[in-house]
Amino acid sequence: MASVQRLAAVDAASAPNIHARLDGVTRVYPPRAGHAEVHALGPLSLDLRAGEFFSVVGPSGCGKSTLLDVLAGLAVPSAGTVEFEGKRVLGEVPDGVGVVFQEDASFPWLTVDDNVAFGLRRSGVDAAEIKRRVDFAIGFMGLRDFRRAYPSQLSGGMRQRVCIARTLVLQPRLILLDEPFGALDQQTRLLMGDELLRLWRETSATVLLITHALDEANLLSDRIGVMSARPGVFIDIVETGWPRDRDSRLAERPDFGAVTSRLWSFLRGESLRALGQGTAAAAR
Amino acid sequence: MSKAGWIRTVVLVAAVGALEIACRTGAIPATMVVAPSVMVLALVHTLQSDEIGMHLRHTLSAVAIAMSLSIVGGFIIGFILNWVPFLRRAFSPFLAAYYAIPHFAFYPLLIVIFGLGPLPLIVLATLFAMVAMILATMAGLDRVPRVLLKTARIHRLSLLQEIWRVRLPAAAPHILSGLKLAVAYSFIGVIAGEFILSTSGIGHEIAFAYDNFDNKRMYALILFVLAIVTTFNMAVFAWERRMLRRRGA
Ligand SMILES: Nc1ncnc2c1ncn2[C@@H]1O[C@H](COP(=O)(O)OP(=O)(O)OP(=O)(O)O)[C@@H](O)[C@H]1O
Ligand SMILES: [Mg+2]
Repeated sequence: MASVQRLAAVDAASAPNIHARLDGVTRVYPPRAGHAEVHALGPLSLDLRAGEFFSVVGPSGCGKSTLLDVLAGLAVPSAGTVEFEGKRVLGEVPDGVGVVFQEDASFPWLTVDDNVAFGLRRSGVDAAEIKRRVDFAIGFMGLRDFRRAYPSQLSGGMRQRVCIARTLVLQPRLILLDEPFGALDQQTRLLMGDELLRLWRETSATVLLITHALDEANLLSDRIGVMSARPGVFIDIVETGWPRDRDSRLAERPDFGAVTSRLWSFLRGESLRALGQGTAAAAR
Repeated sequence: MSKAGWIRTVVLVAAVGALEIACRTGAIPATMVVAPSVMVLALVHTLQSDEIGMHLRHTLSAVAIAMSLSIVGGFIIGFILNWVPFLRRAFSPFLAAYYAIPHFAFYPLLIVIFGLGPLPLIVLATLFAMVAMILATMAGLDRVPRVLLKTARIHRLSLLQEIWRVRLPAAAPHILSGLKLAVAYSFIGVIAGEFILSTSGIGHEIAFAYDNFDNKRMYALILFVLAIVTTFNMAVFAWERRMLRRRGA
């Protein structure tokens, strides 16, 4: 276990504007009937810079979704602290944080339109503005032909897009996305990635994206955190150095492959470990 | 009409026709079952009689009260049990075993306690119907996906908003099926109670006709009960369908 302590080199030297901060965070799920306690995460520290695109990759079950829960204030860390815009996050979701979950979270009893407008109703935003934002988000997510459909009439990927649109209309300053494109095919993923980049540039929001696709993480991110097998800690944080004005054509650059290779070199051993194939296999 | 609807109609008409023929030819003696046409005629005759309206009123008002009590009470109790884990742990063994109890065996006891009016009937039917509503409400609330509750928190809903805008709509299909059961059980409770021991109501009239070998009147009344319950159920069913269609189901 100790061999993984090649810890995250978070550069405290150049201290840009920190948007959110995790400090020594761990999360332990208490024991339940027939189950011992599960140490799911950490101890882990991370400074999210204002306006950056940060991706998290890591083997299945390493605590990525747990990390997102803790950062959003949906789960209380067992140790350590979470800050958002300089204020402690304590068991409540701060204003300005938007989350898209890994699971389908569309409301089956609402149409696409009503799903997307859900957070704006009774929010004090006036009707014209609600309409403007909903129209934009629905167009942005390519759902224009399905505004009056119910989620049961949509594919898994479309439902996930509904959830993304529902988050966008709130205009969050920090957007947390948990494998939002998991149910999409590769071509659509690439296009959605480009759209996400465009949105990120236009809104100057900070984005944290959890993904299992290394190329996608590489393409979209300013920085990529590579997590170890459970309990997840960052074993590497890769700074890509890509220009802010980028899109999927970035993949044609000769230095693109090098980043993906670096991610994989860290991840291969961890993924094997997560599959329970032991350190012997990982060492090969 | 749909294909399934046709099949249903054909089977029904064939069954009624077969019964009619069997009764007319004497294959089934009139002391056992009377012919459907005789039932209908007897029903028309019965409905024209003076006291049937009174019996009907007694039965339906008891059903209506038991139904409302069990639906509202069952929902509230189910909600509380779901919300307070230790209460749920305390009561769930009772709930699990509840429908294994022969409730009607306690009816004489209820009469001793509440007297011979409509009250013991209402209590019996409510006890019988309410637990179905409690169980359905709890099941519905249990099955609200956790990610929807997380979504409510992301939208910074207050507790009441969360319940009203997320929890209840998500649990609605289960709660609705409990409501349907509560309706059916209220009818069963009242009519069966009247049957056992009562001085009025449709159930009592059926039992009275039975005791007096008045087969025509007995079958006419059974047909009547069937018609009322079916109509009511179809109304509830149509309403449920409308609600569920709104989910594209
Ligand atoms: N509610 C819970 N109760 C107990 N243990 C949990 C709970 N949620 C997650 N865990 C455990 O915590 C660990 C991390 O889970 P998490 O969902 O964060 O993983 P993940 O990295 O998101 O995985 P994936 O890539 O498959 O989505 C897992 O081993 C899981 O068993
Ligand atoms: Mg996950």
